[in-house]
Amino acid sequence: MSVRDDKDSLKRTPLYDLHLSLGGKMVPFAGYDMPVQYPAGVLKEHLHTRNSAGLFDVSHMGQIALRPKSGKVEDAARALERLVPQDIVAIAPGRQRYAQFTNADGGILDDLMVANFGDHLFLVVNAACKAEDEAHLRAHLSDTCVVDSLADRALIALQGPKAESALTKSCAAAPAMKFMDAGPHIVAGLACFVSRSGYTGEDGFEISVPAADAGHLTKTLLENPDVMPIGLGARDSLRLEAGLCLYGHDIDTATTPVEAALEWSVQKSRRSGGARAGGFPGAEKILAHFDHGASRRRVGLRTEGRAPVREGALLFAGSEGGEPIGRVTSGGFGPSLNAPVAMGYVPTRLSALDTKLFAEVRGQRLPLAVAAMPFVKNTYKR
Amino acid sequence: MTTTLYTSDHEWLAIDGDVATVGITDYAQSQLGDVVFVELPKVGRSLKKAEAAAVVESVKAASDVYAPISGEVVETNDALAAEPALVNSDAQTKAWFFKMKIADKSELGGLMDEAAYKAHTA
Repeated sequence: MSVRDDKDSLKRTPLYDLHLSLGGKMVPFAGYDMPVQYPAGVLKEHLHTRNSAGLFDVSHMGQIALRPKSGKVEDAARALERLVPQDIVAIAPGRQRYAQFTNADGGILDDLMVANFGDHLFLVVNAACKAEDEAHLRAHLSDTCVVDSLADRALIALQGPKAESALTKSCAAAPAMKFMDAGPHIVAGLACFVSRSGYTGEDGFEISVPAADAGHLTKTLLENPDVMPIGLGARDSLRLEAGLCLYGHDIDTATTPVEAALEWSVQKSRRSGGARAGGFPGAEKILAHFDHGASRRRVGLRTEGRAPVREGALLFAGSEGGEPIGRVTSGGFGPSLNAPVAMGYVPTRLSALDTKLFAEVRGQRLPLAVAAMPFVKNTYKR
Repeated sequence: MTTTLYTSDHEWLAIDGDVATVGITDYAQSQLGDVVFVELPKVGRSLKKAEAAAVVESVKAASDVYAPISGEVVETNDALAAEPALVNSDAQTKAWFFKMKIADKSELGGLMDEAAYKAHTA
């Protein structure tokens, strides 16, 4: 089997040809041939997003409509609550919330966004998980809901301090939206779904557009000199600085939402003593973690030196000897901080801010400390 | 009179008498992208040919730089610690990594000249 065969089996987003024309360096990601960077490079793309506006093709992600057979969105919300520990019923029309599909062991099958579109729920899930997620939804919710895979839509993220002004030229409704608002809007004359959210820590939008119109919309947005196309490389460094989890790395089937420091995403109504406590896969374990604590925790990590500490690096309590106490799950260089940043799991007793730890890198123990996340202050428009 | 030779792993060596100055090629830096950190060997370290001698890190990934020949490290380029981006702007001049005392001149025979390296990366 040759490399070319591998490449040929990769799927393409509706913006594939545009990526090539923009000089994108294409790499395999979650079964898709995606741009990891453009000629500007990861560093400039990252900083441009923080200072101006970056445009990302995230069409590989899964978009799903969860339609209640009764026609009442509350029924879809109640049904989805059987699969996630979030309060879905409380999501108001036009609003969106971060959620996780959990498994019977309390682990995370995927993380996702759930929006209330008035008569149905709109879900955005990770590319690598979307087939399993759809099967999971069909297997458990088909009694009350139709699971509608929106495979004919592209998804574009516009992120950064100039995202609002850039989108407003094509979408008059954009400025009035607040963080986590989501709903159908006309953008550049096209029937889109727009949310004010993203994966960079910056203010910004995600725009779901019919696949056939994605090229037109993207070119329209890129006509603005403030807007630069951004590849997956900078998407990763941006989300890492923002302290956001990457599924399959920082969270997976072996981590509970409490271990992953995602307690904020589980509303009181679903916790012990809440109006609809439990009732999701793994509730026993997850609620026990809420009530009694978990033995390990995801934390941010900052090094003293300039050497990046990357995924897989083992963590130690001391500079010599001893068994590993944890592992780095994401790590790299944060261009906005001009310093390395990482996150990983450590025993809860070693998770307090400023706890001194060591990471093993090329046989040497580098000092680092538990640090607050996000590493870069987020600029969401609340 | 110095002679510049190249390896298939994209290191360059400038040979001046018994001393070789080693760096990575302009082609290598263009493939790596923005360099944010360089780890250099300690002066006095004895390197064997093909041994990992230095590390160059971009935002995304870490890459090893191999000793193109055997020899002892006699000097390292401290400027790279303060300004790793020199590797992107001046890969084959200011951004040399280390100098080594050549242990066995016969090892130079296995390296490429500029024309051969150009063909290698074409």
